[in-house]
Amino acid sequence: MLTIEGLRSRYGRIEVLHGIDLRVDSGEIVTVVGANGAGKTTLLRCLSGVQPVTGGAITFRGETLTPVPAYRRLRRGLAHSPEGRQIFTNLSVEENLRLGAFLFSDARVEKDMDDAFQMFPVLKQKRNLAAGGLSGGQQQMLAMARALMGRPSCLLLDEPSMGLAPIIVAQIFDVVSGLKALGVTVLLVEQNAFGALKIADRGYVMETGCITMQGDASELIADPRIRAAYLGI
Amino acid sequence: MKLSAKTATLLVLALMIAVTPFFFPSGYYYRVGALIFVNGIAVTGIVILTGYAGQISLGHAGFAGIGAYACALAPVHLGLHPALAVVLGAAISAVLAWLVGRPILRLKGYYLGVATLGFGILVSMVLNNERDLTRGPDGIDVPELGLRAVLKGWGLDMTNGQFWYFFCGLILILGAWLALNLYDSPTGRALRALHGSEIAARTVGVDVARMKLQAFVISAVYASVSGSLLALQNKFITPDVAGFMHSIEMVTMAVLGGVGSILGAILGAGILTLLPQVLTVFAEYEQLVLGLVMMLVMIFLREGLLPSILRRLRGTGE
Repeated sequence: MLTIEGLRSRYGRIEVLHGIDLRVDSGEIVTVVGANGAGKTTLLRCLSGVQPVTGGAITFRGETLTPVPAYRRLRRGLAHSPEGRQIFTNLSVEENLRLGAFLFSDARVEKDMDDAFQMFPVLKQKRNLAAGGLSGGQQQMLAMARALMGRPSCLLLDEPSMGLAPIIVAQIFDVVSGLKALGVTVLLVEQNAFGALKIADRGYVMETGCITMQGDASELIADPRIRAAYLGI
Repeated sequence: MKLSAKTATLLVLALMIAVTPFFFPSGYYYRVGALIFVNGIAVTGIVILTGYAGQISLGHAGFAGIGAYACALAPVHLGLHPALAVVLGAAISAVLAWLVGRPILRLKGYYLGVATLGFGILVSMVLNNERDLTRGPDGIDVPELGLRAVLKGWGLDMTNGQFWYFFCGLILILGAWLALNLYDSPTGRALRALHGSEIAARTVGVDVARMKLQAFVISAVYASVSGSLLALQNKFITPDVAGFMHSIEMVTMAVLGGVGSILGAILGAGILTLLPQVLTVFAEYEQLVLGLVMMLVMIFLREGLLPSILRRLRGTGE
């Protein structure tokens, strides 16, 4: 579904992605784990188009994605739930969700919103409140719900566990693994390697802008090098 | 019964316009009121651009100048009815805003502020220097709109002051209604979204550059109509209407009253239009006081007067 070949990107003169190769098949949950500063967020930003690409190719559902501007990529089915959530804090919860469905004006928007509220009941209670008043976990739920309102076939999820209490992280990961049943393919970027690998089908390990390991998530989670470097076991 | 914010705003506005004349000590105050409404229209445009979309323009008086001089020149040179001249001015302003805004609004940050500053100065220079056409700094006569005579024919007899008071008040309500509808529309939501986070707005499919351009064009039309009404009402206009100080006044009024709230921004227009009229000594120090007001509001009432007061009343102060 999503193929990345030799992807390069830079901030000014500093190259941060040195040729990334990665593949996500339809219906999979694929995770990219790695330490802070490895370039995981930059990778997702390149995929959603908010970060310029300096080399390589991105193919999504058979089409080259590189020349497509960021705001058109959701229409192609690629949604991005960005790092740090980036919810619209001055807008209400409901308005955030409606913005997620910015591209659509049909009756399905209301149904999608009901689905989102079913997935995250706490958002329904707060639907008319400013999103900036939500807790970190609720904001993360909102960010994911907003991305799903765009009816993506593939969701790019950046660090959903960031800064959240362990019990909330578990809830969020539960929802992510449930997306499979909804037919949404997921590319999940995480520092929390253990949590991410547990729900993923396959995984990639990223270090300073390169992919250093890849394989089935169950193999990676058992690999002694990974256990030492990322799982702290 | 719970009123929506939109209905409440329009009701308050309509009530103010209808009721305040009963307290006017003299007919002169109709004129002051009409001036407030004219500024209120321009400031409503600023709310769309700055309050909704978070973009700053320091040259909106340029569009007011275009609207004003369209009413002075088009009837004479093109034989247009003054009412059509208002439309022509708005169209020219929209096209110019589109041309000026298109390259700039792709960029982030202060570029719009600086570029619009240049645009405003340019318009003002053209109006000052093209003496053959505009008669330069001395100003130029503007033809009568003629609507008052028509209304009189229908048995609605008003003084000139009364006519302009109610006419501008009506246009202001119309402008506020349109702006409030925009607020709750998908476009309005997209503008407020990109104000918060451009990246997130792009990821939900908002064409950020195009949305900003739309807001800029719409607000330019508001400024242009405001300039037209000022010219028609005074039957005379000078290039000051396009001057830098006028641009700054628009922004100050909006920020003082509350740039995120239409009613607040109109309140700001009211205060800053009224003050120099009430305190004639103030006129000499107008610019000084403007600067001071700006600083004080920014320090103590970040959201502007009306939103800050409402917050206190609701007891949700931070």
